[in-house]
Amino acid sequence: MRAGEFADAASAVCLLTGCALAFVAGVGLLRFPDTLSRMHTVAKPQVLGLLLVTLGLGLRLRSGIDIGMLVMVAFFQLTTVPVATHLVGHAVYRLPQLPTGDLAIDELGDGADPKR
Amino acid sequence: MNPLVGGAVIVLLGAAAVLALIRLVRGPSTLDRAVAVDMLLAVVLAAVAAEATLNRHTTTVPVLLALALVGFLGSVSIVRFSAREGD
Repeated sequence: MRAGEFADAASAVCLLTGCALAFVAGVGLLRFPDTLSRMHTVAKPQVLGLLLVTLGLGLRLRSGIDIGMLVMVAFFQLTTVPVATHLVGHAVYRLPQLPTGDLAIDELGDGADPKR
Repeated sequence: MNPLVGGAVIVLLGAAAVLALIRLVRGPSTLDRAVAVDMLLAVVLAAVAAEATLNRHTTTVPVLLALALVGFLGSVSIVRFSAREGD
């Protein structure tokens, strides 16, 4: 039973860390100045936060088929989130009010065709 | 599991959801709202998983799977619409 208690404690730590990430991302979502930085902060609970919460759930359930489904949850999240984020980022770049001067690297500017 | 963990999870996720909702209402552009909806969906996923963790049941694991699989379609379609609108 010692191993079970340890797994439960680790599960609680993972769960709390993931939820704290979600909260921090909420604060950043409200306080960051433009859409691109808000996308940056939203990625935290979407990827690391969900991975931590899923890991916590796996540590708590501790059975083969459930852990398999949770691995699939993490896999689908990691494959679909970049698709949506890429499209949103591309659309944000085309907004007229984007402060292009704030970008460290502007890979779509000048040489590249921004309307692509 | 310690009830304090459950309380902390409820407070943190509730605050995150409320902050995302405020951005959803205020967000100056449609894309800000799309980002806020993505955030809200991530919070809902975390809440469903946290509830299953606290009560130790597997009933909602398929819900997690479905949400992770189709969650991105919302912001993708918003982007399609707003791009159509901008042209």
